[in-house]
Amino acid sequence: METLELEKEKIAKTKTENISGSEAVMRALIAEEVETIFGYPGGAIMPIYDALYDHHDQLDHILVRHEQGAIHAAQGFARTSGKTGVVFATSGPGATNLVTGLADAMIDSTPVVCITGQVFAHLLGTDAFQETDVINITTPVTKWNYQVTDATEIPSALAKAFYIAASGRPGPVLIDITKNAQIQKFDFAGYKKSDHIRSYRPKPIIRKEYIEEAAKLINEAKRPFVIFGQGIILGNAEKEFKQFIEKGGLPAAWTILGLSALSTEHPLNVGMLGMHGNYGPNVLTNECDVLIAIGMRFDDRVTGRLDKYAKQAKIIHLDIDPAEIDKNVKTTVPVWGDCKETLPLLTELITKKTHTEWLQKFKDYKKEEEEICINKEMHPSTEEMSMAEVIDVLNELTNGDAVIVTDVGQHQMVACRYAKFNQSKSNVTSGGLGTMGFALPAAIGAKFGAPERTVIAIAGDGGIQMTIQELGTIMQSDVDVKILILNNHFLGMVRQWQELFNDKRYSFVNITSPNYVQVAKGYNIDGQSVSDRKNLKAALETMLNHKGAYLLEVIVGKENNVFPMVPQGCSVAEIRLK
Amino acid sequence: MNEIKNNKNATHSPLGVGGKQEFTITVYTENQIGLLNRIAIIFTRRKINIDSLNTSPTEVESVHRFTIVINETEEVVHKLCRQIEKQVEVLKAYYNTNEELVWQEMALYKVPTDVIAEKVKVERLLREKGARVVVIRKDYTVFETSGHREEIDTLTKTLEPFGLIEFVRTARIAIIKDSKGFHEKLKEFEESQPPEELVENEFLNKQDEVFSM
Repeated sequence: METLELEKEKIAKTKTENISGSEAVMRALIAEEVETIFGYPGGAIMPIYDALYDHHDQLDHILVRHEQGAIHAAQGFARTSGKTGVVFATSGPGATNLVTGLADAMIDSTPVVCITGQVFAHLLGTDAFQETDVINITTPVTKWNYQVTDATEIPSALAKAFYIAASGRPGPVLIDITKNAQIQKFDFAGYKKSDHIRSYRPKPIIRKEYIEEAAKLINEAKRPFVIFGQGIILGNAEKEFKQFIEKGGLPAAWTILGLSALSTEHPLNVGMLGMHGNYGPNVLTNECDVLIAIGMRFDDRVTGRLDKYAKQAKIIHLDIDPAEIDKNVKTTVPVWGDCKETLPLLTELITKKTHTEWLQKFKDYKKEEEEICINKEMHPSTEEMSMAEVIDVLNELTNGDAVIVTDVGQHQMVACRYAKFNQSKSNVTSGGLGTMGFALPAAIGAKFGAPERTVIAIAGDGGIQMTIQELGTIMQSDVDVKILILNNHFLGMVRQWQELFNDKRYSFVNITSPNYVQVAKGYNIDGQSVSDRKNLKAALETMLNHKGAYLLEVIVGKENNVFPMVPQGCSVAEIRLK
Repeated sequence: MNEIKNNKNATHSPLGVGGKQEFTITVYTENQIGLLNRIAIIFTRRKINIDSLNTSPTEVESVHRFTIVINETEEVVHKLCRQIEKQVEVLKAYYNTNEELVWQEMALYKVPTDVIAEKVKVERLLREKGARVVVIRKDYTVFETSGHREEIDTLTKTLEPFGLIEFVRTARIAIIKDSKGFHEKLKEFEESQPPEELVENEFLNKQDEVFSM
């Protein structure tokens, strides 16, 4: 009996099926539980699209209007769902249009797998029609990339791609498949997911002695301060993180990508770090005695001037990527590893404390910031509306339950400063690369990643015009995205810098807008524009209650500045409130 | 507006402290197309010049070795190694100072044969430097020598006045004095986890046989 069973297994194992490379791509995607693909067809990827035709019941394909839109959508999808985003694009211009998104996903550690078509293998290097050297163009902006020239490589290349993109510190992967490999028939022996690559260590080994040392430092600290980034979200360690700071009574501030990992209303959440962050967290970075950095990489927008950054503090750095330790800030104790595993070990060893006096300091600074800066922003005395008051009303209506996708610039800083979030994976923004035009396509993907949630894209009048063509995607695929344009008739952030640092020499920051409501109407999307404060709440309500996509333009003050601000080249303690 | 003035003073990074010196980076990798570029990019992105680069198979089948020489501070080299090790197909990256290594470069010299035959001085010179003859022809002779860069440089300079026709030198190859343990580990590793096969493009020269669009 037993031998018979074994033999059956053997037969099943060696059983192969003769299929095309393109069909193998489909099998791989289905096995990886991919449901949504963002893409745009073209000559060199036609066989893959032909295979997709047979699988459209299992694989949903969203036709975008530009490949950049596809990859930003895949990023938005990954950020709200926690799964890997998938992109199809053709060779040449199709592939080069992905580069911005790849760079964005690389610097913001977003798991994305891009599959690009490529000319026939025998034409490689001949300057064939729509041939570009995609592998070499994308090498610096991918975690891994690989060119497939033979169909037999497809299953293993894709298995590796999905494994590498999502494991360890996530990132974008690009697989370039030549057209002959897509067409070629081969004996497919089944798809096996990858869980191991011999030269790849996604997670460093956790070293107990460092955890003990870190716990000792935290227990002895009088003024401990936690700064956290997206590592918490990527590691699904929100719960472990909350338990850690609650036990230690540790005030915690976030980087822009760490936002929403901890509820904004949590009593230990003391606000945002960095250039346009909150007053307390920035000033007190230079007063704490132990700085505990978790899943963040000490970006220059967070640290300001490095030689004056937290010099008085002992620094504990928890990160999954060993290359981040000591990269910008020298650590006293490095805690390598996945924070989902290291945080509970640390929590166990720390003593329960409250640090009331120390927390009070944050509250005092918050009060000062409110008096000098926040109250004025929330309730401006001018007729012109401020961005902050729009976000404030939005908070009131969403209760912090919406997914907010922001573009880049002043509105981004304001939205991140003032938006309320109750749950993780709710804030989607281009942090590291600062990609204008990110919000609209990313919101499309974010909606597919979290279909049950309200998704609001907030963009400025500059950024929205960079990828406004994606309104077409929203129209065609019926994506329920709320688009909120905060229009100040300027490229506001650059204008603010020109005002502060270039003697108001406004060089090419004056940007005109089309009639957005009419543009939206052309795409069959309802919308309205408001410039009067008394209509704001009703307009936002209309937007949120509208069934399907909606565009709301709010005209805000032309020359408002975002404060507080740590001017470039200054230490975080030199943050200006006005 | 004080802050703007500060801006200019803040451009130096703490990376700059500590003197520059010669470091040899040894990288053990998979044999993969494109990996050379991935590793080179780590240097070029930071505008760091690679003084010498050698890639070769190792004593362990399927594992390749990169030997890279750069002139930098230890702090920078340390960070570079972490970035190199982060690459998916890199097994391990080490960096060493010259004291920790046994290293050599090799050079070939092409000298007119009549000069060698007639000028005794040249002959003595080559003997002193331990140069060996590789080829003797009527018109020229090719010598080879190996040694540290300075040794090769002095020989080149001395030969120059005697009609040196051509001179080629290799990149540095180096052995880490203290690497016995790693060799064992590498062998064990290779046995327990055999590598994937390298697939090269087999269609490149078949253009005439295929009609495609």
